[in-house]
This record gives sequence, structure tokens and C-alpha cells, in this order.
Amino acid sequence: MSILKTQDLTIAFGGQVAVNSINLSIEEKSFTSIIGPNGAGKTTLFNLLSGQLKPTKGSILFKNEDITRLPSTIRTRKGIGRSFQITNVFPNLTVLENVRLAVQSQAGVRYQMIKHFRSYKKMNEEAYYLLEQVMMAKQADALASNLAHGEKRKLEIAMLLALKTELLLLDEPTAGMSLEEVPAILKIIEDIKSSGNRTILLIEHKMDMIMNLSDRIIVLFNGRLLEEGSPQEIMNNETVQNAYLGGLYDDHTA
Amino acid sequence: MLKHFNKSPVWVLISSAALILLPFVNDSRSLMIMITQIFILAIFAMSYDLLLGYTGIVSFGHAMFFGIGAYSTGVLLSRFEPTMLWLLVSIAVGMVVAAIVSYFVGLLTLRLSNHFYAMLTLALAGLFLVVAEKWRSLTLGNDGFTFRVPDVMRDRLSFYLICLILMVAVFFFLMRLTNSPMGKVLLAVRENEARTQSLGFKTIHYKLISSVVAGVIASLSGSLYVLSLRFVNTSVFALDVTLDALLMTILGGVGTLIGPIIGAAIIEVSHHWLSELGKSYVIFERWIIFFGILYILAVMFFPKGIVGTVKEIRWKKKRPSKVETNNKNKRIAG
Repeated sequence: MSILKTQDLTIAFGGQVAVNSINLSIEEKSFTSIIGPNGAGKTTLFNLLSGQLKPTKGSILFKNEDITRLPSTIRTRKGIGRSFQITNVFPNLTVLENVRLAVQSQAGVRYQMIKHFRSYKKMNEEAYYLLEQVMMAKQADALASNLAHGEKRKLEIAMLLALKTELLLLDEPTAGMSLEEVPAILKIIEDIKSSGNRTILLIEHKMDMIMNLSDRIIVLFNGRLLEEGSPQEIMNNETVQNAYLGGLYDDHTA
Repeated sequence: MLKHFNKSPVWVLISSAALILLPFVNDSRSLMIMITQIFILAIFAMSYDLLLGYTGIVSFGHAMFFGIGAYSTGVLLSRFEPTMLWLLVSIAVGMVVAAIVSYFVGLLTLRLSNHFYAMLTLALAGLFLVVAEKWRSLTLGNDGFTFRVPDVMRDRLSFYLICLILMVAVFFFLMRLTNSPMGKVLLAVRENEARTQSLGFKTIHYKLISSVVAGVIASLSGSLYVLSLRFVNTSVFALDVTLDALLMTILGGVGTLIGPIIGAAIIEVSHHWLSELGKSYVIFERWIIFFGILYILAVMFFPKGIVGTVKEIRWKKKRPSKVETNNKNKRIAG
């Protein structure tokens, strides 16, 4: 069964059509990767799916419900969680507080204003548990702004996991990371995948990582859906190779 | 969990005990009046800090709520018998009106981005100032009016103690609020509103709650302020009132509750002291110039305010940040 569908999804910024009439159908509990050169519209597509942007045309169905006009807050509550390409944590809160906010949202603790936050033991424990999962427990009391880039990315993922959403949108989780930091993130993503109850959409540039993980791969180019298929099919596809090797790109700019 | 223990409530309790004893030891009337004034302004500054420091909302119209409290108390006490009952009613009326006004003002403006919000609150506060000036039958305009207050409040000592108790109560209430799960969401809104939304929080609700609570507390301080003067005029709606709160908060430490109290004390004492000096040196009559300089210096050298700076120094002494050294090692290794 497909959990997420888009129909004719389009967004234009002025004359620039960033995402052009994309039809997607994402199977439940599948692992789909989205690839494409810079400016292909990958992140814009994510912004449309998670509600940061509203489409000019087209619709988005999540579990057969039209969510095209819903704000990001409601989409998160319905089960679409995302991580951000540019790390987007709360800089002046501690690592634990960052995760706890996500846990709090998931637990529905929203307007309690009298009890001290520390008396919500379960929430604290869960936040701590999630930090252990992403190997960040040691830095629980550090300010998020003092973290190294890779650690911020791990924090992002912990926050995303805390939301317990069915659909995870991972926007380049390894972007800007040094080589020794990548395996840790990869391990976390593999763990999520093998736990087997989430649907994952991943934007990534590291091809070997994508080939190993993905059930399906979607190739975007200039806002359009160029190809879609299994890793093998995409690997052997000539149009895709051209797009990535620069053939199409050069033609376009020339 | 002891390392998380926040010592500031202990300090507040100790110093408030000392402040309770002070009027019995020192019988200087003017000192007592000045300290009472500090308590009142500290309440106002704390309410402002809930917006500025804990929710990240810059409001230039906070005087609006101060003035609402001031006029509710002034008008009701001058129209009716100056009894304790009417006093309480007048404070309650001020709070309710402030809650309603702040709710609707928030509803209209809080969806805007911060700059527009600041400008719009400035305009709305200006509107209240004009109304107070023109509605002469009620307010007597800029001339203002005096009124009688209940006997308990006439006694400077009991008024001093009441203000002290209220300030401590507001401090503990706000500390509770900011340490609650909701308070943590307020901090998140301050840090990054869009991110908070994408975590599934309706941020507009949090900003509204914060601005209503701040409005109600500001109204309380407005009521107390005119009680101390037994006089009210349109100056309670003036922009200076908001700017004073801003200065106190920034000087004392944004995002702390003890900061606004210290800020209020410094501003009030230096105000007093500079006007004294103004008698012998004419330049000090323009004490506002010095506040301007103080403000610039504070923002340049102590952007975290007194409390924030002290905290930072203590933090660094206690533990040379593990994270930072880690990063350094990594950089060296890489």
C-alpha cells in the first residue's frame, strides 16, 4: 500500500519552476532515495512534503488523506517527520533539552505550565535513551551550539526519531561531514531501516550508500522526475548516467 | 541531579528576608520609597523578560498593559470609596482588561515576523496614549488626577512589604512557568520558531499565552506604580516606560529572572543618584543621556547582561568545556 502520493506536484518561485509536476507513490515501509544534481529540486520537494512550502499546483496524499494545505505542525502530528539539510537545532538549549522537546511533542505534553519539567521522568528517560542510540549521551548537557557539525547531524536524527513518525524525510544526513563521521550516521540509518516499521525518504549524494540501502531510487533533474526504479535499473540507466556525469547538464548550460 | 540545582531562588529568599528586615533597621523614608519603586519596576521588567528573554518577542508596546493597570486602579479608586475591596477589584479589572487586550493584540500581530510585530506594538501603545489624552472625562488627559488610597496602602512600610511579597511571588510564578514543559517550548520558540513548528507545536498559541501572562503581570505592576504615587497621568502609556523595561532587562540579563530585578535596582538607583547630582552639575539633569550611553555599553560589552556574564564566567571556571576541547583535539587530529 502506498503511504504517500503526490499528484502533479508543482511549485514555482516567480518564473523559476523548482518542482515541476511530480507524481510520486511511496510504498509503506519502503526505503526510497532521491538523487539529482544540485538545484534539481530535492530539498524543495521535501519542503513541499513536510509543509514548509505550499505548492502552486497539485496535491499530496498521506495515508489517503489530502494534506496539501495543512501546515507543517499538523503534518508532523499526522506522521511526517523530517531532518534538515542545514542543521536546524536549538543552539542555546542543551542537547538533552533539544531531544526532550521532540519527545514532549510526541507525548502530547504541550501546555502544562505548572509542574516542573524534571518531574516528567519518562520523557527525560526517553530523551536520554534516544541520545544513547545516536551515541550522544556524553554530550547531553552541552549546549547544542558547541557541538561539532557531525554531532549536530546526529542530534537532528535523534530529534527526528523522538517524533516517532511513520514517514521519515532525511535531507542529506551526511552533508558536510568528515569521512570518519559518516559511518556513525550510516549505522543509525541502517538501524532505523532494519527495525522495519518506518517509511524512509532519503536525499543523498553518496552513491554507494544509496545503492546499498535503497529499495527504490528517484532521480530528479531540473525539477522534473527523470527516472524511477530499483538501484540496479538506475545504475544501468543511460539518461541518469548522463545527468550525473554532466552530459545533460552541459547541454543545458551551453 | 544536584548539579542542575539552580541557586537563584535561594538567593532571592535570603535577600528578600534581608529586605524585610531593612525598614526596621534603617528608617530613611526616601530609601524605603525608592526600594518600593524598585520592586514595582522589577515586576514590570520580569514580565517584559518573559516576552523578550523567554519567548524572543520584542515588544515596544509593553507600556500599554502597564497603563491599563495604572488607569484601572486610578479611575476606580477615584470614582469609588478607597477601600481595600475596591482596590482589589481595580487591580483585578486591570488584569482582566490587560488579558483581553493582550490576547487580541497578540492574535492580530503575533503571526507577523518580529520586526513588524515590534512596529505594530509601538503603534498600538501610541494609540492607547492618544486615547488616554483625549478621553478627558475619564482621565483628565495629560494633567492626570490624584486619588485617595486605602489606609493600609498609605502606610509606606506595609506598602513596601506588600510590593516585596508580590515581587517574590511573581518571581517564583515565572520561574515555575519557565521551567515547565510549556516554558521549554517558549525557549524553543525563541531559538527557532520554524523548527518548533515542525516539531509539532503550534507556536502561535505559545506566543499568545506568553504575551497574555506578560500583559497581566505588567498590569499588576502598573496598578502598584500609581498606588505608590497616588496620582496617574498619561505618562504611564509613554514609550519611556517600555524602554525602561527594555533597558533593565538587557542590563540585568535577558533570559534570566534575577536579571530584570537587578536591572531595575541599578536603573532606579542611578536615576535617583543622577538627579541628585543634577542639582550641583547641570549636565546630570539630562540623565537620559547617561542611560543611552549605558545602554550602548551594555549591548557592546555585556550583551548577556550582568547575570548572564557572571553565569558565563562561573560556567567556564567550573568546567573547561569538554565539548570545546574535544573539537580542538579533532581539529588538531584532522
